[in-house]
Amino acid sequence: MGKSKKTLTDTALLLTITILTFVVMYACAMIFLGQSFLTFNGFFDMLNNKSTLLIVSCGLSIVMISGGIDISVGGVIALVGMCCAIYLKDFGGNPYTAILIALGIGIAFGIVQGFIVAYLGIQPFIVTLAGMFFARGMTTIISSDHLNVSDVESFKKIFEAKIIIPGLGFVNNNGVYVDAFLKIGVVVSLLIVVLLFFMLKYTKVGRNLYAVGGNAQSALMLGINVTRTRFYSHLMCSTLAGIAGYIYFITFGSGSGDNALGYEMDAIASSIIGGTLLTGGVGNIFGTMFGVFSLHTIQTIVASAGLGDPWWTGITRASMLCLFLVIQSVILAVRKHAKA
Amino acid sequence: MKENAVLEMKGICKSFPGVRALQNVDFTLCKGEIHALMGENGAGKSTLIKVLTGVYSKDEGEVFIEGHNGAIAIRSPQEAQNVGISTVYQEITLCPNLTVAENMYIGRTKGVLQNWKKMNAKAEKILRDLDIPATATQQLGNYSIAIQQMVAIARAVDMNCKVLILDEPTSSLDENEVNKLFGLMRNLKKEGVGIIFVTHFLDQVYEVCDKITVLRDGQLVGEYEIENLPRIQLVSKMLGKDMDDTSDIRGDVEIYDDKGAEPVFEGEGLVSNAGIKPFDFYIKKGEVNGFTGLLGSGRSECVRAIFGADKVTGGKVKMHGKSVKISKPIHAMKNKIAYLPEDRKGDGIVGDLSVRDNIVLAYQVLKGFFKPLSKSQAYKFADEYIKLLDIKTASADTPIKSLSGGNQQKVIVARWLLTHPEYLILDEPTRGIDVGTKVDIQKLVLKLASEGMSVTFISSETDEMLRTCSRLVVMRDRKVVGELTGDDLNQNMVMKTIAGGGE
Amino acid sequence: MKSAKATLLKIVSNQMFIPIVAILILTIVNLIGDPSFFAISYGENSEGAWLFSGNPVNIIDNGTSLAMLAIGMTLVTAASGGQDISVGAAMAIAAGVIIKMVSGELTVSSDYASPLIVALLVALLASMLCGLFNGVLVSFLKIQPMVATLVLYTAGRSIAGWITGNLSYKFSAPSFKAFGHTLPGIPIPTPIIISVVCFILIALVLKFTTLGLYVQSVGINENSARLNGLNPIAIKLASYVILGVCVCVAGFVTVTRTGTFISSTFAKDIEMDAILAVALGGNALSGGKFNIASSVIGAYVIQYLKTTLNAFGVEAVALPAYKALVIIALVIISSPSAREWFVNKWRMIMPKSKNTAKEVA
Repeated sequence: MGKSKKTLTDTALLLTITILTFVVMYACAMIFLGQSFLTFNGFFDMLNNKSTLLIVSCGLSIVMISGGIDISVGGVIALVGMCCAIYLKDFGGNPYTAILIALGIGIAFGIVQGFIVAYLGIQPFIVTLAGMFFARGMTTIISSDHLNVSDVESFKKIFEAKIIIPGLGFVNNNGVYVDAFLKIGVVVSLLIVVLLFFMLKYTKVGRNLYAVGGNAQSALMLGINVTRTRFYSHLMCSTLAGIAGYIYFITFGSGSGDNALGYEMDAIASSIIGGTLLTGGVGNIFGTMFGVFSLHTIQTIVASAGLGDPWWTGITRASMLCLFLVIQSVILAVRKHAKA
Repeated sequence: MKENAVLEMKGICKSFPGVRALQNVDFTLCKGEIHALMGENGAGKSTLIKVLTGVYSKDEGEVFIEGHNGAIAIRSPQEAQNVGISTVYQEITLCPNLTVAENMYIGRTKGVLQNWKKMNAKAEKILRDLDIPATATQQLGNYSIAIQQMVAIARAVDMNCKVLILDEPTSSLDENEVNKLFGLMRNLKKEGVGIIFVTHFLDQVYEVCDKITVLRDGQLVGEYEIENLPRIQLVSKMLGKDMDDTSDIRGDVEIYDDKGAEPVFEGEGLVSNAGIKPFDFYIKKGEVNGFTGLLGSGRSECVRAIFGADKVTGGKVKMHGKSVKISKPIHAMKNKIAYLPEDRKGDGIVGDLSVRDNIVLAYQVLKGFFKPLSKSQAYKFADEYIKLLDIKTASADTPIKSLSGGNQQKVIVARWLLTHPEYLILDEPTRGIDVGTKVDIQKLVLKLASEGMSVTFISSETDEMLRTCSRLVVMRDRKVVGELTGDDLNQNMVMKTIAGGGE
Repeated sequence: MKSAKATLLKIVSNQMFIPIVAILILTIVNLIGDPSFFAISYGENSEGAWLFSGNPVNIIDNGTSLAMLAIGMTLVTAASGGQDISVGAAMAIAAGVIIKMVSGELTVSSDYASPLIVALLVALLASMLCGLFNGVLVSFLKIQPMVATLVLYTAGRSIAGWITGNLSYKFSAPSFKAFGHTLPGIPIPTPIIISVVCFILIALVLKFTTLGLYVQSVGINENSARLNGLNPIAIKLASYVILGVCVCVAGFVTVTRTGTFISSTFAKDIEMDAILAVALGGNALSGGKFNIASSVIGAYVIQYLKTTLNAFGVEAVALPAYKALVIIALVIISSPSAREWFVNKWRMIMPKSKNTAKEVA
């Protein structure tokens, strides 16, 4: 019967595990490996490189919390990058207005996929699989080349923009001071993380997402518009993928059918490590952020530890994912058992 | 609209492909009354409620609600809430991953933002007022089903509803909790809320209700004041015929005499991981016995331990005096034990499979992986048992999930009879099914026993057990506390033993 | 009239409806576009072997590995209510093992370093182990299949890269390539023969064991299956191991077809097509009832579509976009709401018939 003892919610418990793991891992890396782990530059490099992935992972977390899945995000990033590149190169477009293209593509994907999933009731995996095929196919139809736009004059400013954080740089082996800097994408992605955190916790739409993911039938009975909530989740995810596509574009300055290959799976893995359950109803955006960081850090650690062969990357990432899955599964099973 | 009425439904019709679930049904609910909605399974009770709550859309008819001019359309549960109709369903329709407070407020807050502090404080207050042992900020999934049910009621209560629908809310509550719920219902009645109460328990209807509306085969039979409708008439109205006297279903079957018979099954110190105390148990050839006790007293867990349905953690088992090991269902089945589980939907039927596959499943498993039944054999068995047990199904190929509860239960019984067990365990075979099938099943139990099968029969309705069993094992707090036979087999004695202590 | 409607409903709700309609539509499109698409010729190829050729043969030939995967994927989907997304990676592991063992230390060779049968058996072992690994995560730890197999999806190509040292291999012994092309004296491509043998095998398994009933029971209601004496864990494990066997066959056919191997691109994205085949076959991706034949037809539909688009001059790189449109069209047609709409329209066109056939509900 009723216990007044306070126990953590599943979401909070999984979040704690994720953050603890990341902190312990990073601390160990600092102590035993040193090198880049001891400088802010190393940490900022991670942020700079992973801002795109962070944004799509947030989108994936939202869909996963609502009990769905979206594997079209990598394709959307590539398509956005390609469209922006063509816009800049062939139409002499302005890199700032290109963001409208990015948003437009993202929202269009969101509306179409969301409509088919939510209102026609078709499995999200199949719908977004088709979305992925379509986005990747369109990208190569537009151009099968690798378009580099970093030499476009109007683009240079935004491409090379850096936010230098004074005092956090370090002096390298040659005695030269290297600035610690962040790229625009980092600011955008962190802003999105904070925004989404509040959205999920303090708004009606956010809580509805959890309710629908926890038990769609119950959510319907509780008076929640399940269909619309599902639609929103896909709309948000695809829009975020559109934004991520723009960030990817201004970070790497290229458009290609091979951009962001496998991002959907990386994003799903990050979300899972961050404590989002694919069954829905459990997850936290900060967890997802730490999931992205953890996945990156473990790779850097493995590389720094001398396992330089390319195949180690995949194997370590998979091992880490596997480890988290096992931990989560065991913990949730133990909790269930304790309750019964 | 009638004076004093808070809800009026007129000429409601609803069809599903091939079935006319509701035909021209009227229903009126007055202010401050508790109105029972009665009928057998498939009579249209739940369809009517789902129409009212906007889960289904009606084909024809009008719905009036106090305070709204003219007929209103209810297209979704959300709209039902908005016009003041709240529902508590038999199965928990809350989200286990959210907190208690959130479950009470989600889907009905105004504005875009959520004020957690205010929400938690308000929820905490309601929980305390209603004496519900739950904390607002805790995750709902951490609580027992009974408490979750009460949170659902708390939610409905807080919505200032005009119409409160309770759809079999008591089936997972124990007596104490039921009384608490009734107290709550009477309070709401005083405040002028109209309550629609759906239940299978006749006692409960006569305890709290003012009026009864009876449905049969999707049609309205009538609306009655409770004092004008004695039980026996209610039952006959529900069935549409005069009920044959269930108190005499034994008929010519002789009272069981266990002298001389050898025990078929003997268990010593049985214990499982479901949290029951070790217990001893035996059953003799041709005997019908039962486990009784309040809900949660461990009666189901005992039979699950016998069958190996839960993980058996200790004890010795003998079949026909020979030691055997039963730790998994397959072991029990090989020893000719059969078990009809309590949770028909969750543990019994294989929903999407046909009636035929559901009937032959256990037999097939016993026969082995490399010896599949031929299609014609399977049809032969299925048709035989459909006829024998009078299972109402379009054909043997119909998916079992489209049958009514009672017929599904018969299919599960058929599944086990096909394995020709020596010992049959029936855990709540009569729960949630119509009166007619209930009687059929009790008769069947007695017939099987007279043919030499041993049967353990569990039911939450004590008189059913008194009618069928010759020996009752009484349980309290997950422990066997007594055994009743012969002259002790009466309602009073059972109550006394369950309550414990000499008065 | 009544029977006409009932028959129509039966046809529309039949599982094979969608894949067969897809085949019909593709056939009509091809007949209009270019009837010679269907020409089958019997002649000598560049290597002097007599064989049948033409698009219909090519479709069945090239669809082999996908059809193999569809068999296993259907079972896995039915038993565990989820899909294995690691099949492409597992195929890369199996093919990597085969090519590494037959080539030995040389990246370009035509002499067997170890006998083909040994290589094949080791590859079979490896892919069954992959299946077992996925199966353990899914059945013992109760992790959702898509997430559980994400592990091997991430690691698989890296493992294959580790086996082959990230080198690209070319093995050109004629007896090796014969399995991907034609055996001497037989005018039908070997993959077709292999697939027919596999279909017969799986048909025999379904006929002479109770696998079908067991898998469906576990997939629909695990608790109930357990209380009827089944072991859900063992059955799920078995389905993943069977998929492992299918993966090995698919990998073998694919690697013998080209005789080359690069771990990063081998059988790329085939897992998505395999899942698609199951869905096109009308099987619920949430598990339960299944129909393997329907999935296999679904696999050939995908190959048929690819070949058709090719014939219409669509570039290989642009294929996914068209494929996406066709998938969406098909799933929307097959969605319950669309079927209902279709039947309702039909009822409006046809004169109203008294339909009071009351089903027992």
